[in-house]
Amino acid sequence: MSKKTHVSLTLNGEATEFLCEPRQTLLEVLRDELDLTGSKEGCATGDCGACSVLLDGHVVCACLVLAVETDARSVTTIEGLADGDKLHPLQTAFLEHAALQCGICTPGFLVAAKALLDRNPDPSEYEVRYELAGNLCRCTGYDKIVRAVLAAAATMRDAAPRVRTGTTGT
Amino acid sequence: MEGKDEKISTASTGTGGAERTFKIVGTRPIRHDGIDKVTGRARYGADVSLPGMLHGKVLRSPHAHARILGIDVSRAAALPGVKAIVTGADMPPVKSKTEQSGEGTTNPRHLSDNVLAKEKVLYTGHAVAAVAAASPHVAEEALALIEVRYEVLPPVLDVRAAMRPDAPILHAGLRTQGLEPASDAQTNTASVVRFERGDLAAAFAKADVVVEREFDTAMVHQGYIEPHNAVAQVNADGQATVWVSTQGPFEVRHFCAEILAMPLSQIRVVPAEIGGGFGGKTTIYLEPLAIMLARKAGRPVKLVMSRAEVLRATGPTSGSHIRLKMGATNDGKIVAADATLAYEAGAFPGSPVWAGAMCLLAPYDIETLRIEGFDVVVNRPKTAAYRAPGASNAAFAAESVVDELAAKLGIDPIELRRRNGAREGTPTPAGPRHKRIGLLEVLDAAQAAPHAAAPLGVPGSATAAHDGSGANGAASVKRRGRGFAVGFWFNAGLQSSATIAINPDGTASLVTGSPDIGGTRTSCAMIAAEELGISVDHVRPSVADTDSVGHTDVTGGSRVTMATGLAVYEAAQDVKRQLCRRAATLWKIAPEQVSFADGHTVAAGGEHPPLSLAALGAKLSRTGGPVVGRATVNAQRATGAAFAATMVDVEVDLETGKVDILRCTTIQDAGRAIHPAYVEGQMQGGTAQGIGWALNEEYVYDPEGNLLNAGFLDYRMPVALDLPMIDTVIVEVPNPGHPYGVRGVGEVSIVPPPGAVANAIAAATGVRMTELPISPPRLLAALHAAGVHATAAAR
Amino acid sequence: MHEIQYSAPSSVAEAVGLLAASEVVRVLGGGTDLLIQLRAGTSQARHLIDVKRIAELDVLAFDATHGLRIGAAVACHRLAADPVVRATYPGLVEATTLIGSTQIQSRATIAGNLCNGSPAADTTPALIALGAVCELAGPNGRREIPAESFVLAPGRTALAPGELLVAIRVPPPAAKSADCYQRFIPRNEMDIAVVGVGAAITLNGERCTAARVVLGAVGPTPLLASEAAQALVGTTLDDAALARAAEAAMHAARPISDMRAPAAYRREITGVLTRRVVAEAARRARGRA
Repeated sequence: MSKKTHVSLTLNGEATEFLCEPRQTLLEVLRDELDLTGSKEGCATGDCGACSVLLDGHVVCACLVLAVETDARSVTTIEGLADGDKLHPLQTAFLEHAALQCGICTPGFLVAAKALLDRNPDPSEYEVRYELAGNLCRCTGYDKIVRAVLAAAATMRDAAPRVRTGTTGT
Repeated sequence: MEGKDEKISTASTGTGGAERTFKIVGTRPIRHDGIDKVTGRARYGADVSLPGMLHGKVLRSPHAHARILGIDVSRAAALPGVKAIVTGADMPPVKSKTEQSGEGTTNPRHLSDNVLAKEKVLYTGHAVAAVAAASPHVAEEALALIEVRYEVLPPVLDVRAAMRPDAPILHAGLRTQGLEPASDAQTNTASVVRFERGDLAAAFAKADVVVEREFDTAMVHQGYIEPHNAVAQVNADGQATVWVSTQGPFEVRHFCAEILAMPLSQIRVVPAEIGGGFGGKTTIYLEPLAIMLARKAGRPVKLVMSRAEVLRATGPTSGSHIRLKMGATNDGKIVAADATLAYEAGAFPGSPVWAGAMCLLAPYDIETLRIEGFDVVVNRPKTAAYRAPGASNAAFAAESVVDELAAKLGIDPIELRRRNGAREGTPTPAGPRHKRIGLLEVLDAAQAAPHAAAPLGVPGSATAAHDGSGANGAASVKRRGRGFAVGFWFNAGLQSSATIAINPDGTASLVTGSPDIGGTRTSCAMIAAEELGISVDHVRPSVADTDSVGHTDVTGGSRVTMATGLAVYEAAQDVKRQLCRRAATLWKIAPEQVSFADGHTVAAGGEHPPLSLAALGAKLSRTGGPVVGRATVNAQRATGAAFAATMVDVEVDLETGKVDILRCTTIQDAGRAIHPAYVEGQMQGGTAQGIGWALNEEYVYDPEGNLLNAGFLDYRMPVALDLPMIDTVIVEVPNPGHPYGVRGVGEVSIVPPPGAVANAIAAATGVRMTELPISPPRLLAALHAAGVHATAAAR
Repeated sequence: MHEIQYSAPSSVAEAVGLLAASEVVRVLGGGTDLLIQLRAGTSQARHLIDVKRIAELDVLAFDATHGLRIGAAVACHRLAADPVVRATYPGLVEATTLIGSTQIQSRATIAGNLCNGSPAADTTPALIALGAVCELAGPNGRREIPAESFVLAPGRTALAPGELLVAIRVPPPAAKSADCYQRFIPRNEMDIAVVGVGAAITLNGERCTAARVVLGAVGPTPLLASEAAQALVGTTLDDAALARAAEAAMHAARPISDMRAPAAYRREITGVLTRRVVAEAARRARGRA
């Protein structure tokens, strides 16, 4: 066993550290060392998105990131989506729209959808499908997932604080 | 009074609950396990972790067909961190016999040989040994140190090649069942099934129009996103506990006991949450390995498959070759049908050819027919159930031919199906008559759906889900067409158990043994809530292990909401009977004076105000003790078969052969939709799988029998951008055998799409595709052969 | 995965030093190809040199004089996120947005896509069409080679032992020129290109004065189809010219049959895509000053 590396990062908003071998992926460390089993392994080749996490705000496949690469970085997993017991609007929308059946792909979709809406608060159906094409679902045929994401986007837009700018202002 | 089988309402009034007004059934509550699943807290099999747990890996055959001459594990055993190794030699001998299981049959000897090869390996990926070690990486290194000596044999990979007299033989002792006269010849054909009635030659002679086609469908996989897993712990006294993502904890217990020669009582199976199954997780692969390794190592062992292992070594469904000839008279009556189906069973017998043969023409009233089906072994993984197993292959053939008949007769395709549509009393191809079914209602709903009247739109223009390619003269390069098909599935009954305990606050704890793949925890809770007159939030459903609930058959066969729901219904009746007796005790009146209505026990005569469950709950202990209702059912007689239809619009790029799905509607008779959102979900999911089956999914082998596309990159399942919204129409023709009229909904939606897609492509291009998948190179070659080209202008 | 060593140097010099000192070493960019290869055993690398902490390699910069500089650590998504890059090099951006999924594009680097040397790489044809240049650094200092000379064979590049790719430079586009990249895949996303075509067209008035047509996934390396380009130069890019270019491209293609497509199909689609890509590049060029 090769000498372990010490990694310090911000994980779901908290300063966290762990030891790992260089060959361990972020997904392995999350699941096997940190007991954050919400991110799932579906393929280990970056083709299914079930392991999606945010790395410095960008959605990535944790199975294709070595844990050592996350030193001094910020990682958000499904476990960090809700605010305590307050669900994220995406999580609520998935429940209300029955956008999950077996639920195995759901964490990956929620993280990827959050990244999408953080960047594009008013996506079209086409844009939602395009941005989430890296997340495979075999149960739903994607219909209710897409509806839930669009609904959450609308909810989040309605709730967004109005920002007064210095010039025209709104 | 205890033990007397009195009922407040019968299980079946014969109306399927048509007279009832439901308060909860038909609504869309948030599922009880929903928050756990959207927060990542839900524990699936691979999430289970135990103290001291080891990690297992499986060594798999690199050869498609070979004799195992010897296995040397000594170098692997010496690797630091390796704690246990097992091979086929560690397994007890098992008798070869055929038993019913789920919607098919199993042979425990074959199951054992599939779990770990004994004398021969029969497909690349066939398990040969398993290792438990301190980390998954060490286990993997250990695999490389196991030496296996093989005598490589020629493989046979194709069903027609396997049926030839000179084909390599997989099982020396296999003889074809169902042959008359019986044959003692070595063969790869495990069995023949035949249905026939009437004089075929005479009937075809009467036909004005005859269509005869041959179809080929490729082997496809269920494609669940969660790979197989199992965690086992064996105590010093030999008691084994297995945590596993499975559709059938009792099946797992039974199969493991059988092939490991353990008493049933020594195995407890705890169903973890399950990440999809579609039939593929109704059998065993890793569970016995986990038990054997845990026993040897004296520590818990976890095994999880990689995606490549899932595709290479777990049951896909059969590829098939189908020849179908149908004849009709000019008035649109189908008068004769002659079908031959050959299905790949994979390495061991047991393809779903018999179900394919039963379903092929089940939507139609055909007096004269002959259907023959062959179950053929080939050097591919052993097939397992996949959502209405066998029916999609068959319907692809039947719905294509029916469509061609319609075109030749000049009759609308839906109308032709209506004219020949099966109804109550129509004999099925296998003989028994249809019970009350909803095919005609499904056809009516299809014709009334908004999709049916919607224009196809201009080729090349954008839709909500499809960005179109307005440039490049798209209108001349693309063609649009609409296709339609129907499908049938008989739906299983099987056995289920349920208990309902009333808590002191009047809430109910519901325990069943049916793993929840798609929201059935909640549909069962809704049934309990409906019967008990409480809110669905006040029912706490749980899925219990094999020690904690009565025998319950698989979550599969479209049976959970129907059959487990029936057990829940009956358990609720038991609860109500008991509550009435308790109220009678409290009120000091005769039990016959008490009835149950609207969540309350009611005294005849109105002398006492009715008592709610909450009020009664507090008083249970002084009226006789806790109230626990229970029921077990064998739901065979309660089943209701289901029909579905798919309407699909496609756009074909004439220059590349690419097919895009523009619009899709799925129509299905659910009998009664308990939770419509989850019924819609089943319909949409099956439709998506059927579309993948039609367009791009297939197993690709090299001549040596290596699976070339053992990953999600090249095993091409639909991604979000490949599908539009899938509109759903739920038809409700109540199943008279069930108190709520429920028909199974989980499977039939996968049956019509391949035929519907092929029909849409035919409508768009005039080209009839008879091979699945209709991948772009195949379609382009067919377009060329038919002389269909983009017009030169505006190119 | 076998055991590996991991280093994250903070300078090019340090990286070059580590490359020289290690046996069986690979540069780690986005890892979206390398980690898969390590797990599958197709890469035997024992030491990974992560270049993402080298500031110089993280630069994505454009100016009208020097063009676009893509540091080797720049991930695909950054190109599409930059409106100027999007407007100036739409074909290159198209290529980066077609690779895999959003998750892959968050990590995969353009440099890595090039260095992986896959015949079906998406950015390589787009870069070659634009006349991109690769800047390398090694024990003997820095050197440059044109992108079309970088990939030598499937999985093999012109990098000498101890060298790493430091940046890719894309020249500023000439007036009235534009690029386009399209590929054919059987689904709508997530597939490896069955055929990819990148083209860059320069117009003077109505006439094409320069063209580059590059074919991907139809040969052991991306192919610069010079005869296809010649069929366009001097023409008004009418249907006949496009048809001739398509014909030439089909001749230049050297496709194989594999599980993704038969060779004959690939050859035919090469012609179809060449026509479509050149037509779109021309349309874009016409819309430019």
